[in-house]
Amino acid sequence: MENILEVQNLVKNYGDFQAVKGISFSIKDGEIFSLLGPNGAGKTTTISMLSTLYAPTSGDATIAGHSITKDAMGVRNAIGVVPQDLALYEDLSARENLIFWGQMYGLSGASLKNRVEEVLNQIGLVDKAKDRVKTYSGGMKRRVNIGVGLLHKPKLLFMDEPTVGIDPQSRRAILDTVKDLNKQGMTVLYTTHYMEEAEELSNRVGIIDHGRLIAIGTQKELTRQVGESETLILHIGENEDPEALVTAFKGIKGVLEANAIDHEISVVTPSAADVMAPVVTKANERGIKIHSIDIREPNLEAVFLHLTGRALRD
Amino acid sequence: MLKTLLIGIKDVKLAFRDRAALIFMLLAPFLLTLGMGLVTGRFSGGNSTGISDIPVVIVNLDEGELGQALVDTFNSEELADLVEPSPGTSPEAARQLVEDDKAAAAIIIPMGFTRSVIPQTGDFDNGSEPEVLQIELYANPTRPTSAGIVKSILDEFMSRIEEGSVSGQVSIMQLLISGRISPQDAEAAGQEMTEKLQNAPDDDTLAIALNTSTADGAEVDFDILAYLAPGMALMFLMFTVSYGGRSILAEKAQGTLPRLLVSPTNSTQILGGKVFGIFLTGAAQMFILIGGTSLLFQLKWGDPLGVIVLVLAAVFGATGWGMIITALAQTPAQVGSVGSALMLIFGILGGSFIQLDQMPAYVQAISRITPNSWALDGFTTLALGGTLAALSTPVTALLTMGGILFVASVILFGRKNLAQK
Repeated sequence: MENILEVQNLVKNYGDFQAVKGISFSIKDGEIFSLLGPNGAGKTTTISMLSTLYAPTSGDATIAGHSITKDAMGVRNAIGVVPQDLALYEDLSARENLIFWGQMYGLSGASLKNRVEEVLNQIGLVDKAKDRVKTYSGGMKRRVNIGVGLLHKPKLLFMDEPTVGIDPQSRRAILDTVKDLNKQGMTVLYTTHYMEEAEELSNRVGIIDHGRLIAIGTQKELTRQVGESETLILHIGENEDPEALVTAFKGIKGVLEANAIDHEISVVTPSAADVMAPVVTKANERGIKIHSIDIREPNLEAVFLHLTGRALRD
Repeated sequence: MLKTLLIGIKDVKLAFRDRAALIFMLLAPFLLTLGMGLVTGRFSGGNSTGISDIPVVIVNLDEGELGQALVDTFNSEELADLVEPSPGTSPEAARQLVEDDKAAAAIIIPMGFTRSVIPQTGDFDNGSEPEVLQIELYANPTRPTSAGIVKSILDEFMSRIEEGSVSGQVSIMQLLISGRISPQDAEAAGQEMTEKLQNAPDDDTLAIALNTSTADGAEVDFDILAYLAPGMALMFLMFTVSYGGRSILAEKAQGTLPRLLVSPTNSTQILGGKVFGIFLTGAAQMFILIGGTSLLFQLKWGDPLGVIVLVLAAVFGATGWGMIITALAQTPAQVGSVGSALMLIFGILGGSFIQLDQMPAYVQAISRITPNSWALDGFTTLALGGTLAALSTPVTALLTMGGILFVASVILFGRKNLAQK
């Protein structure tokens, strides 16, 4: 498969602040690539540069052979963008929105009409197509927001955290839509801070933090970085001090890493069974009651923790 | 070009779907016009123009009846509230009073005026035609409405003189041909006829009606609503253009502008479309108000072609202001508050509430920065019977104003980051 997107050392500065610090990666035609990282990691800035909204401070990228710095119009014709926040005219109906945005992408006449109906079917809003968007639920608005990005059948679709702030049912529908689009041959660059979404959707994942791409690969390749380790998740009471326990856990033989987030302590170890007993003992010695213990297989959360020392949701 | 039109049409659609905006764009100017019409007695059969005590200097050098009749007309009881005539000592002194802005107009009736209209015995003895003398109207350019009203009174008087003169000559000719009077009695008969015409009982159809004639000779009444309605429409046009300008920043905040910027649509098409949208919305507002007041208040706006050209020029000038406010503001809320303030200030300065004639000279000078002032001049000219040809000054001023503001706003927009939310 050929690369539809190639990013070379992309940098974006806002005054003294460097939002994106020279990232490079590529996306193959037909894959779903996720940029996974916490809020403020540089995901949206990266997509904004790739979609030609912001000019990069340095570096370049090519999309379907068009340079984002030299051929913005070529890039814009090749991409579809689903922005993080809703970008719709709420006083227009779903159909009117789709018609307007289709016209902005050069569609007209019968092809515009047919494509609008196809997209309305795809997003499941045929029955509500005449209603003004402002009367829709958050999930319905999200679906229209996605539909706009699909109208001109882009070669590469950018989806910037499309499930933020919506109910589980709508989120499920959106994830299924992304998978359907990919089955139809559409390449997707998906940004998220939800590990589960990246795991479910992606062929490959890039982990981004503080403007740097700190890891890239398939889920298997990434989890291999943390070895065959498992993670114990301990939940303690709200009045307990987790930091004291973290220090104690780090001294247990076989514990690779221990971290606390609120009242949840994660302990990375090659064998959960071997460290379970000493962990409980250490807690008892300090009079700290453990409410529950979960054992997790290696995942992207563990990878992020391993690479940054912080949880993804920090 | 097509995308520019589509963006503009989309904006018109959005503006007319916004109920709050519709209240300001259409309902408020309509109701205010109605209210002010009621206050001025327009709907109760009264004839108040809202304009009063127009200072006029009359220099009567004529020794005949017609000169005096004109003076009497201006001093008549019917015009007592409208005009405040004063006798002038000399043409030069009268013109100076106008130039000093102490009078809206000077009327100079030349010596021998009556005799030039009604020839007397011996005037034809040498075979020559008597010289046709004309009354001079010296108008104050800073008081276009008042001067226009004085002109309309004068026009009405002159048209009656003309009618009287022609019909008198025809009647005398008929009497001579039929042998009912002898050539020697013709002069006395003519003078008697003229006096009767001047003293005819239908005085209520004289100048008080403020009638003037359009180019095609049709009679047009000067209606106070022809001043109030455009005044209100122009004031709320400023709301519409600031609302339109606000939509540029609102689209930026709500993400649709960045989304447009990542579509294959360039920024010139987008900005052009937004400006076109403001222009279209403003023009639609004005034409709806004009249509509505014409239908519901039987208001005659004047020469249709002149009205169309003037509306488009006024909207262009106002759009320039909407764009510059938007270019200088950082947020939609700033455009909203500055736009509302400007709407009121321009409304007052531009003459929507208070006749510009009644303001100090420096206020009248400042008012020229407002599209309201120029456009109101134009609408008054049209209401007084003027045609498109008489609109060159206001139309040129409005187009120039819009052009300068548009260029300035494009430069300012060039420095703005429209992509940044």
